[in-house]
Amino acid sequence: MTSIVRSEVNGEARDGIADPRDTLLVYLRDRLGLTGTKEGCSNGNCGTCTVLMNGAPVCACLVLAQEADGARITTIEGVADGNTLHPVQAALIEHGGTQCGFCTPGIVLSAISLLGENLSPDEHEIRHAIAGNICRCTGYDKIVHAIAVAAERMRAPGGTP
Amino acid sequence: MQPFAYERPRRVEDATALLMQRGARVLAGGTDLIAQLKEGRRTASIVVDVKAIPEMVAIARGPDGGWRIGAAASIRALGGHAGLMAEHGALVQSARLIGSLQIQSRATLGGNVCNAAPSADAVPLLVALGATGEIAGPGGRRTLPVEDMAQSPGRVSLAPGEILVSIHLPARGTRSGAYYLRFTPRREMDIAIAGSGVSVTMAADGTIADARIVLASVGPTPVRCRAAEAFLAGRAADDQTIRDAARMAAGEAKPISDTRGSADYRRHLADVLTRRALSAALMDAEQRKAAA
Repeated sequence: MTSIVRSEVNGEARDGIADPRDTLLVYLRDRLGLTGTKEGCSNGNCGTCTVLMNGAPVCACLVLAQEADGARITTIEGVADGNTLHPVQAALIEHGGTQCGFCTPGIVLSAISLLGENLSPDEHEIRHAIAGNICRCTGYDKIVHAIAVAAERMRAPGGTP
Repeated sequence: MQPFAYERPRRVEDATALLMQRGARVLAGGTDLIAQLKEGRRTASIVVDVKAIPEMVAIARGPDGGWRIGAAASIRALGGHAGLMAEHGALVQSARLIGSLQIQSRATLGGNVCNAAPSADAVPLLVALGATGEIAGPGGRRTLPVEDMAQSPGRVSLAPGEILVSIHLPARGTRSGAYYLRFTPRREMDIAIAGSGVSVTMAADGTIADARIVLASVGPTPVRCRAAEAFLAGRAADDQTIRDAARMAAGEAKPISDTRGSADYRRHLADVLTRRALSAALMDAEQRKAAA
């Protein structure tokens, strides 16, 4: 039985129709047209479809769309401020933390989740925060470095978006 | 996925009524169920989301000084609860070994118990700490030790219509400690080849009053090492005693050989992990006594 899902997506109230079988991933991409969230393994192992649900990182492939009724969702489309990239996005570009780019939306949201709780993460904490995000291109070092750079910038006065 | 209906009841009684229907399945975190439905390893006619039931997501201190944890509270919520962390940090840390942070945002303690995986990371310490489950069903409520929940891999002692509502942890003594340790080839995102959860309570004279050792991934269900536990009771916690107890515990393991490791390797790991977990639990008890 389809029903209407009412949620707050990237700061805006969004309503959409979902079948009980639709995952949040399918709902975001196919019903709301937010195709920045990518489908990887679709069983919770790769983290490519990571979005924030009520502030917590989740694999959108393992959440039913109807579970998101009443929830606050942040996708990659909601992290930049107009044409100004989020510091995590900017640092990933500057420091070569992205190659094919497929895992990048999920990495960005995992990093934003980490920095929301800890603006001074050490290397181990950064690696732990993105342990659920698989990247098959970079070897992770540049991603870790970019997140550390973003954290440093966000610690500066006025640096937190 | 086969078609199914989605229900989000607000009361336990409504959930148990729905669960009496054929093919109904409980949805807590969904990190196992949704993957299984997608892969066709399970089917459902109705998915009953229990996260809108207040008592199933609450984390609160019980009247006996223990804790009552809603079966559908997320592992993330456990980690964010300062009081629970202060008293049962070892248990919460064992739950925080499950999957990734994304998985922990959804995954639940009740799900870890009810999926009954031999490798379930949070279960050894729940058993070692003497946790009990509160189960609701069409006939009312009953309690069952978490130790008796798993029957075989993937099967728990729940009748049709029954649901694990919450998990109760008894009050923790000042001279007690706990620790869980597992071995995985990768540091993150892996399943334990073996795990060992230990809980100890010290007597006033510094000897071990009570110890519980529960192994993961070395049997079809978590393995309680009663011979090693009996050996430890009343003894001083010296190095030789710790080594002997760990060896006895490893002898109580019933491992199989599979793609993740051979039976011999698992027995070896059970020995090493129990020695280290027992030492760490004893240290935890010392620190707690010093802080009291």
